[in-house]
Amino acid sequence: MRKSVFALAAALMMGATGAQAAGDKIVPAEQEWSWTGYFGKFDKASAQRGLQVYQEVCSTCHGLKRVAYRNLMDLGYTEDQVKAFAAEYEVMDGPDDEGEMFFRAAIPADKFVSPFANDNAARASNGGALPPDLSLIVKARATGYGSIPLNFAKWMQGNGTASGADYIYALLTGYEEDDETANAWLKERWDHAEETGHLTKHQLEEGFKEHVTAEGKYFNRYFPGHNIGMAPPIDDDYVEYEDGTEATKEQIARDIATFLAWASEPELEQRKEMGWKVILFLVFLLGLTIAAKRRLWKNVKK
Amino acid sequence: MMSGPAPEFKNPVVRWIDVRLPVFSYLHHEYRAFPVPKNLNYFWSFGGMATMCLIVMIVTGIVLSMQYTPHVDYAFDSVERIMRDVNYGWLLRYIHMNGASMFFIVVYIHIFRGLYYGSYKAPREILWILGVVILLLMMGTAFMGYVLPWGQMSFWGATVITNLFSALPIVGDPIVTLLWGGFSVDNPTLNRFFSLHYLLPFVIFGVVILHIIAMHIAGSNNPKGIDPKGPQDTVMFYPYMTAKDTIALVAFILFWAFFVFYAPNYMGHPDNYIPAEPLVTPAHIVPEWYFLPYYAILRAFTPDFPLYWPMAWIGIDAKLAGVLGMFGSLILVALLPWLDTSKVKSCKYRPVYKWFMLLFVADVIVLGYCGGKPAEGWYVALSQVATFWYFFHLLVLTPVIGWFERPKPLPASISEPVMAAK
Repeated sequence: MRKSVFALAAALMMGATGAQAAGDKIVPAEQEWSWTGYFGKFDKASAQRGLQVYQEVCSTCHGLKRVAYRNLMDLGYTEDQVKAFAAEYEVMDGPDDEGEMFFRAAIPADKFVSPFANDNAARASNGGALPPDLSLIVKARATGYGSIPLNFAKWMQGNGTASGADYIYALLTGYEEDDETANAWLKERWDHAEETGHLTKHQLEEGFKEHVTAEGKYFNRYFPGHNIGMAPPIDDDYVEYEDGTEATKEQIARDIATFLAWASEPELEQRKEMGWKVILFLVFLLGLTIAAKRRLWKNVKK
Repeated sequence: MMSGPAPEFKNPVVRWIDVRLPVFSYLHHEYRAFPVPKNLNYFWSFGGMATMCLIVMIVTGIVLSMQYTPHVDYAFDSVERIMRDVNYGWLLRYIHMNGASMFFIVVYIHIFRGLYYGSYKAPREILWILGVVILLLMMGTAFMGYVLPWGQMSFWGATVITNLFSALPIVGDPIVTLLWGGFSVDNPTLNRFFSLHYLLPFVIFGVVILHIIAMHIAGSNNPKGIDPKGPQDTVMFYPYMTAKDTIALVAFILFWAFFVFYAPNYMGHPDNYIPAEPLVTPAHIVPEWYFLPYYAILRAFTPDFPLYWPMAWIGIDAKLAGVLGMFGSLILVALLPWLDTSKVKSCKYRPVYKWFMLLFVADVIVLGYCGGKPAEGWYVALSQVATFWYFFHLLVLTPVIGWFERPKPLPASISEPVMAAK
């Protein structure tokens, strides 16, 4: 174990970087989101629909263990609604006076109940793949300073983690039906890259290689390596929205991305609201300090 | 520096205390009637900003540690609890998290100021070396702090960096085992990093006090690099310099606030929002931005790098060479007072070295850029050229230019530069 860690670290240090560099990662298209910019707020109706999608679709495999049911009041639900929502789930509690563990209905203070007892149970039910917990997925899939030129402007507009939501949206709408359509899409990208001179010498020598989706996996345009364990989770009219919104595939993807963005950064609205006040105050204070200094230094000869 | 006679304190309690413990006289001498050159520009405010950073980091850090659990099973969860459930926990954490980057931004500019205006030269050599010691302590503290949230980058960063020490002959492996507290990065590692992350800022604080004491012996250098000739060349620290520093501090807090409120994760890595998973290696392991230049130097030492050849000849392997290069890059900075042979301090009056100084800064930026890129293709060659230039600048150009350069005439005093120029 130790030796392998050492070898791995040395390899990393000396610059082996794995398969990522081959251009497998595709930058998702930028979407319009309500919570970006300096005064952004979450679209509550969309987030509520996203919760419905999470509950009916995602939660069969994915947990949301860092979000408490009480947090849903941020999305505009009343306390009674949250209580009723939580009560649909069971959590293990105890031990009771007899020393036995028991199940009880969840209360608003409980965290979202995960679909599996532990990671091994989750893997066993999903063909060896682990469906990640979604509490932080939008933050974890955002693009950081590693791509400064690409994303600098976006970050400076307060849109940083929106790139994570772009990814979620792209992933959910980025499935190909079979290898034939997948390869048609890949070839098109290849040809475009070749025309615009974006292929490396090595890639040109190797030529275009047909992608074969691995056994039990699905082809996704945006998943690194394209072989994703998750079957296409949504489709048109996959859910029936309680508020009557037409449930196109794109709409569903938008709503779940909005909901998960809120789950990742529940403090976002408070943060941005406080931000402009703090900055306004500091600008005012800066003016005062400049005026004070000028007055004081008037008599100092250069 | 002369700072006038001891003041007569009006308040009898102050007077009583001051006779027995002269804190008030001390403060008067060092922070009120302390004369500073009147031509200081805003580059001289970065020391004060750095001190403020240290204080903010300690205060927010102490509060964060009340809610943080240094255990591999709970560390990530406890940080998320701070973000979600603790009142204004997100604010505290984002201030602290971005504070680390702010501290380095400010300190790097502070160092640039020292380099450009020759603040390291006699009689300020110890002041300069203490500064390099502070930088090293900061690097250790920041590195261990980044491990505490126990995300993917925390874990893998810790694995890669601690492994560097194994390159040292004989003592290498025992050092690594000691750092880990076992045979891999695990709970004991996290525990000792937390303990040291709490300790080191106070060590830094102590060295900062020494740094300031040393600074008050010779007084501040200034953009002209010549000593004040008398009171006409100076102003009192209070209120003149404090008024100026306050502007700089408010502007700096504004900059910091922008990141805290609108781009809190810009300088972090998204992978650190994935809990540490020893069985899954991230595609790219990247250190925090402030380590990137050193990281590029570390990786530049490969068998095809000419600087490595003499080291290979005496039997040093490439990994050890990289580690030596990385630490050597900082030790040479500490030795700068003796590497620079010019008597003239400020680059303002050094027509040749000035440009090489700025080129050196550009070189460090190039190194930082390479450090953030995968070590493949032309990035390797670029980082090797930049690494070569780094050492060439410090070891060859700096002494040689000092010997041969003809500096511009120095002004007679801070107040009368024009007369001297004629």
